[in-house]
Amino acid sequence: MSGKVLLRTLVYVSLVLACAVVLLPLLAVFLTSLKTSQEMSRGSGALSLPHDWLNYHNYVTAFRAGKMLRAFWNTAFILVFSIGGTVLIGSMAAFAIDRFHFRLRRLVIALFLIGSLVPSVTTQVATFKIVNNFGLFDSRWAPIVLYMGTDIVSIYIFLQFIRGIPVSLDEAARIDGANTWTIYWRIILPLLKPAIATVVIIKGITVYNDFYIPFLYMPSENLGTISTSLFRFKGPFGAHWEDISAGAILVMVPTLVVFLFLQRFIYNGFTRGATK
Amino acid sequence: MTRARVWRTVTPWLYLAVPLALLITFTYLPVGNMIRDSFTDWDGVSPDRNYVGTRNYVELFTRPELFQVFFVSVYYLVASVAQIVLALYFATVLSFDLRFRNLFKGILFFPYLLNGVAIGLVFLYFFQPHGTLDTVLSGFGVHGHHFWLGSGRMANTSLSAVSVWRYMGLNFVLFLGAIQSIPGELYEASELDGANRWQQFRHIIAPGIKPVLSLSAILAISGSLSAFEIPFIMTGGAAGTQTFVIQTVKLAFEFNKMGLASAAAVALLVIILLVTWLQRIVVPDERNDLV
Repeated sequence: MSGKVLLRTLVYVSLVLACAVVLLPLLAVFLTSLKTSQEMSRGSGALSLPHDWLNYHNYVTAFRAGKMLRAFWNTAFILVFSIGGTVLIGSMAAFAIDRFHFRLRRLVIALFLIGSLVPSVTTQVATFKIVNNFGLFDSRWAPIVLYMGTDIVSIYIFLQFIRGIPVSLDEAARIDGANTWTIYWRIILPLLKPAIATVVIIKGITVYNDFYIPFLYMPSENLGTISTSLFRFKGPFGAHWEDISAGAILVMVPTLVVFLFLQRFIYNGFTRGATK
Repeated sequence: MTRARVWRTVTPWLYLAVPLALLITFTYLPVGNMIRDSFTDWDGVSPDRNYVGTRNYVELFTRPELFQVFFVSVYYLVASVAQIVLALYFATVLSFDLRFRNLFKGILFFPYLLNGVAIGLVFLYFFQPHGTLDTVLSGFGVHGHHFWLGSGRMANTSLSAVSVWRYMGLNFVLFLGAIQSIPGELYEASELDGANRWQQFRHIIAPGIKPVLSLSAILAISGSLSAFEIPFIMTGGAAGTQTFVIQTVKLAFEFNKMGLASAAAVALLVIILLVTWLQRIVVPDERNDLV
């Protein structure tokens, strides 16, 4: 019996230790974001408590000098259009593949299947020229188009869900005189809500966090997304870790809020997205 | 009648037009161009490019300073093995009824959702000489300051540890999901048969998570070869921490060696496709439900 208790204790110790490893680096940055530059120069140690817990000056600096407001706006703009586009494109592709029988259907499926194996990190070298040729370089439409166009995982997710919607619903509507667009728009799309939620969450988090694409395609300072703007903190703020910390916290807080409210959906979404 | 037929043939293509156009423009066309450019000496700017045969590929695999990046990815590969083992442990432990289970689950998963640049900066601060890590270590009696990101071995180890910190949560949640989808009666039956925890793991949990485990294995391999964000943000590839993707991006956009960069990208693509294909052979996907 005591062996069992010991084992249980060890398990708890390992869990608490792991949580400390996760939280400690974040805690240090949070504490630092509340310190003044004088406190920092005194070298009081990263985990010492700030003098004034309500010192929000570094956040003001991050917003003003770090152009974070602009960054949040750019990110929001890209998020709205790329998520909206992904949902429409993915569900339409899934609708066509699942509800129609046409020549070359297998070829189309194979194209998407093989395409999903190509990691986009590897192709950016060549994608860059194509984006450039469309005149999209250094505009917010470059990431939007790329996020919409290279997301095959969402097509999979829609396809799985669309299979579960009985074809008899389509047929009933067709008898009532509905055309395919009405069937897609009025019947299929509303029934895809759970799939849409999944795609919105996965896509939203991926786009919000992406660094590579905005870094490559939007070098202009006023086109900074939260990732690229935060990255630029490294230069001008140099060793001003209190400002950099405030910037990092600003970027992480929305993620925390979304996670706390949508936990269940997020776990399901990522499990579904990754295993497909 | 014929009009109706034409209409019926055309309709699916109307829905597929945009997705297919995007797929071809941003996936197939780049791959095609990349393969073409990899056999040339193109600088990415000038209109003319000369065919140079396989010279770029030979250069890639023979010039030691270019080949170096593969050694760096070994660090990430080793780290991702550790990551999978840790994830497996925490998933197994948390699949049993424990206090604060959801809290632990949430904390362990949370880093995966965080912004990569923010993570990079957090750990840049964490690894500062006299920074968080040194402070914590001195609490355990290890004094002095260390250059955690100073050079080669140390820097790569620190960076790959950050990547474990960042990605472990995804593996963990995937494993946990797979374990929890195993019907509870199996455990009960095995307990009646007198199985211990290890036997339960070996004979019930392990087979149940095999598909997810093999998926994690490919993600680990392709992830360690294409490691980019963490090292780029934290060290910029300095001090021997350059990874394959950082090198490729630099070759293409800093040194205008588009031919060589394309060859590197093609090599990476081929390796990743090969790994994926191997995985499909080793662990056949029973749920091949697209076709």
